[in-house]
Amino acid sequence: MDFLADFRRPEDIKRLADAITHRVEPSCDYVFMEVCGTHTMAIGRYGLRRLLPDNVRLISGPGCPVCVTPQRYVDTAIALARRANTAVFTFGDMMRVPGSSSTLSRAGSQGGTVRVVYSPNEAVSYASENPGTEVVFLGVGFETTTPVVAGSIVLAESFGLSNYRVLAAHKLIPQALEALCAPPELLLNGFILPAHVSAIIGSDAYKAVIEKYNVAGCIAGFEPSDILQGVLQLVKQVNEEKPRVENEYARVVKPEGNRKAQGLVALMFEPVDSEWRGIGVIPGSGLKLRPRYRKYDASEIEVEIEPTQENLDCRCGEILTGSILPGDCPLFGKACIPENPIGACMVSSEGTCAAYYKYRDV
Amino acid sequence: MQTNEKQIYMPSNDTIQIGHGSGGRLMHRLIDEVFAPLSGGGDDDSAILDIDASHLAVSTDSYVVQPVFFPGGDIGKLAVCGTVNDLAVMGATPKYLTVGFILEEGLSIDDLRRIVLSMAEAAAEAGVDIIAGDTKVVERGAADKAFINTAGIGVFEREPARLPIQPGDVVLVNGPIGDHGIAIMLAREKLPMGGDIVSDCAPLNGLIVEILDVCPEVRFIRDATRGGLAAVLNEITSGTGLNCEINELDIPINPPVAAACEVLGMEALYVANEGKIAVVVPEDAVNAVLGAMLAHRYGRGAAVVGCFVSGDGRVIGIGAADTRRIIEMPLADQLPRIC
Repeated sequence: MDFLADFRRPEDIKRLADAITHRVEPSCDYVFMEVCGTHTMAIGRYGLRRLLPDNVRLISGPGCPVCVTPQRYVDTAIALARRANTAVFTFGDMMRVPGSSSTLSRAGSQGGTVRVVYSPNEAVSYASENPGTEVVFLGVGFETTTPVVAGSIVLAESFGLSNYRVLAAHKLIPQALEALCAPPELLLNGFILPAHVSAIIGSDAYKAVIEKYNVAGCIAGFEPSDILQGVLQLVKQVNEEKPRVENEYARVVKPEGNRKAQGLVALMFEPVDSEWRGIGVIPGSGLKLRPRYRKYDASEIEVEIEPTQENLDCRCGEILTGSILPGDCPLFGKACIPENPIGACMVSSEGTCAAYYKYRDV
Repeated sequence: MQTNEKQIYMPSNDTIQIGHGSGGRLMHRLIDEVFAPLSGGGDDDSAILDIDASHLAVSTDSYVVQPVFFPGGDIGKLAVCGTVNDLAVMGATPKYLTVGFILEEGLSIDDLRRIVLSMAEAAAEAGVDIIAGDTKVVERGAADKAFINTAGIGVFEREPARLPIQPGDVVLVNGPIGDHGIAIMLAREKLPMGGDIVSDCAPLNGLIVEILDVCPEVRFIRDATRGGLAAVLNEITSGTGLNCEINELDIPINPPVAAACEVLGMEALYVANEGKIAVVVPEDAVNAVLGAMLAHRYGRGAAVVGCFVSGDGRVIGIGAADTRRIIEMPLADQLPRIC
């Protein structure tokens, strides 16, 4: 199988777009949310919205881990970067997210120690080579990323390190879906469910929320024919009034997911209530290191954090829940652009505003 | 939507950040807002000088690549080829280079010898002489093994036509894109991906001579380095008042590079190259130019990727099922995906 070309064939894209157009009931509206930021980017990159009939609307959800991380977390990371004998290691996306008065990138250029890495294991290597430095890894991400971070703690443990810690902000997708569906004025007909998160948690993990709220659900891959196939299956579910969890990405996602990854995460982390920027606190939607692993928990480090000052004009929160589109925000494309982002949604490679700006209408 | 052109994004209390060196929009803002007092030479790859009767091209570049040795080359080969190419794309014949080294205390002499030999080989292939140099050493930690600056002088043996780009003009590239940037990233991050991805670092002056021989009316040639093919297409297109339409399915990419890009969450269009040029020619000359490129060692895999149409200075990507999107000038370096 050619994992790329086989799922990008022009004839398949045309066939699927036509099939969706023929299947929709002309008098019905279909509102589907793509939860994952990478889906939002892919939909923009391949111009898929324009291939859909007018009564199929795709709205973007909160599937951008950097975007839903509260501003206080960014301020904490910046404070740690400025702390003596401390080095902050992070995935690249966090670098330019606006904190209350600065960014990690600026803090790094002004004397703080900040490093971008591809894998948290690099932070562990640095910690073992620099025993006098407290190394903090910013654990931001959904279920795809948490096993990798858990793995880094296993590595640190095997080295016998006492100077490696994780500032955990990991979040859980099924709980977020529950929060999105709960408001009684719900207008969503279904979800395009995430691809890589599902590879870890398995398609079975969505059954409870889909059945409870009777919304259609289809896991889809990131290639254009994956996404269109997913939309087609959602349309059929709505027409037949048989909402359920379907899996278009069966070449990667299994019903039970990746048991080994799940086991590793469960060993180290426990669920905790978590604040999602723009949504508020969602019960049981975050992860905290278990007491046994407290020595790897960076939230135990004492550091002075500046008072949080949110930009009140920023409407990332409403964008993250799909209540408004980026174009509805008065700052979008004017004061708020990628080189001068006001909110996280414009910075992150999975941010809705970043996707809408990058792939704006030709 | 319009960006506010008058807004200054670099206040005095700001500091230089990594993104300012990436060849994208952040870097261009730095040049526009801070380096403006120094910009006597314009923003082509090389400046053009007239000294007495001589018509010369001059260019300078600094090389800070990490790691210094990578599959397909090293910092030395890069330093020679990069400046040779900056002269050659202007239509000049590269003649002489100077080289300045900033070496980190502790760099092994063997490593330095390897770099120097590599430079000598690249210079010999390009037919240039390295005629002046300088060496400085800084304390351990103040540089990353070695930084190299090269300056180059080229002579115009023929005068490029420099006619403006017109609707109907065609864009070609001389081979698959993204090899260099991905090779560097895999080497630097020690990512265990197979596929034998190797930098495309090469001196292109010979290839460019072949192109100019069959088509003296070439509109534009530029090498696609930092910021990738997307950056160079945007540079070529802005100010023309035309749109550059690129057929994304026609852009050559080696399958392992395409796969690595997907895993990392990057687009090959924005990945750096060190042996690729975008060439804009009148449509009547396409077959001759394509033939000349394909026959050359550094033109295998050459392809027509798009053309210019009336518009407003944007680069448009046409994808499968005729979908269209703007290929914009990158902001800064791409970052690998989180999840």
